[in-house]
Amino acid sequence: MGGDFSRLFELIVSASLINNFVFTKFLGLCIFFGVSKKMETAIGMSITFTSVMMISAALSWVVFNKILVPLDISFLEIIVFIGIIAGLVQTSDTIMRKTAPGLYYKLGIYLALISTNCIILAVPLENAAEKYSFIESLAFGFGSGIGFALALIIMASIRERLELAEVPAPFKGLPMAFVITSLIALAFTGFSGLITL
Amino acid sequence: MSNPGTVSLKDQFLNGIIKENTIFKLALSLCPSIAVTNNLKNGIFMGAAVLFVQVMVNITISLIRKVIHPKVRLPIFMLVISGWVTVTQLLMAAFVPDVYAKVGLYIALIVAFASILARAEMFASKNTILPSMADGLGMGVGFLFALTVISFFRELVGKATLTIPTGLSTSHVITLMNTKPLLIMILPAGGFLAVGILMAFFNWIDSLYKKDRHASH
Repeated sequence: MGGDFSRLFELIVSASLINNFVFTKFLGLCIFFGVSKKMETAIGMSITFTSVMMISAALSWVVFNKILVPLDISFLEIIVFIGIIAGLVQTSDTIMRKTAPGLYYKLGIYLALISTNCIILAVPLENAAEKYSFIESLAFGFGSGIGFALALIIMASIRERLELAEVPAPFKGLPMAFVITSLIALAFTGFSGLITL
Repeated sequence: MSNPGTVSLKDQFLNGIIKENTIFKLALSLCPSIAVTNNLKNGIFMGAAVLFVQVMVNITISLIRKVIHPKVRLPIFMLVISGWVTVTQLLMAAFVPDVYAKVGLYIALIVAFASILARAEMFASKNTILPSMADGLGMGVGFLFALTVISFFRELVGKATLTIPTGLSTSHVITLMNTKPLLIMILPAGGFLAVGILMAFFNWIDSLYKKDRHASH
């Protein structure tokens, strides 16, 4: 079992640091730039995102490998995955509102935003393309969630300070955020080659 | 509005290219703008794919807008979009396999583009076919334009070459400078840098334009 565990650990490290979705695969950028203005929203988004990510990775693995592959209709994967995600988001929205209204008021808004996040669709697609096993898919989803959370929190803490900095007028707001992301991405390239899968 | 047909069609088309340019102005659909733009050819094909999906989605939605119940409209829109994305994906895999190998994942992710869903929701579901088509064309061309500019800039600075597509599977590579290129521009980090600089550049032009109009401001 040792081999299995180290393989899972490698997957998580690789998904969160080496192939960080935001900095090396450029996914989820709309959400990344949208919610990284404040630390509080960044943390709320990270928690919601990581949990939805793992559930959707699990659900889509089951549907893909138990329904689409046996029926030989895997070319429908995009339609099916987006359906699963939209359904999942809607369901958890309803369940959260009824059972945990406090939590819902804190995190509900992020839940709605998640369905337009491309990472959440990219993870099931990657899982299907790489033919990961069930546990590996979960690990990959978890790693990606952690990676996204890390990116959001780093960015939010920088942007909170940036509010006070003097930025040249044309660079105010988004352009500066892009330049900063580029510098963080440069730092993240240092992780490349750490583990080769 | 004496002649709403022609005027609004043209304005609708220009709106998406200039005033509401998806990438530079609305800052939506940013993922592919960085992911596939380290090469001019990939940038152009990605832009064309988005253009196609945007136009077809707008047409489809405006055709069926009267039979969609407002309560289920979002899932229906998503279905229409993912249907057209699947069509695009299969077409590209068949006709431009070399490009598809590089941008395939991002083609699939057109489904999650906020801009396409937004146009379907805000425009195509309320208008007839022709304006919807013009709107889709404008938005798509604006996106194609942005991707072309970004990838032109990145390939030129990062590799000192330009890959110009001359056909579906052929392309012509021009080497422009014999100096050492700035490698960072084709790395992931350079993508963010390029978009940041171009955005600032467009903001700067915008501010010059505004200054001319309101000299007192």
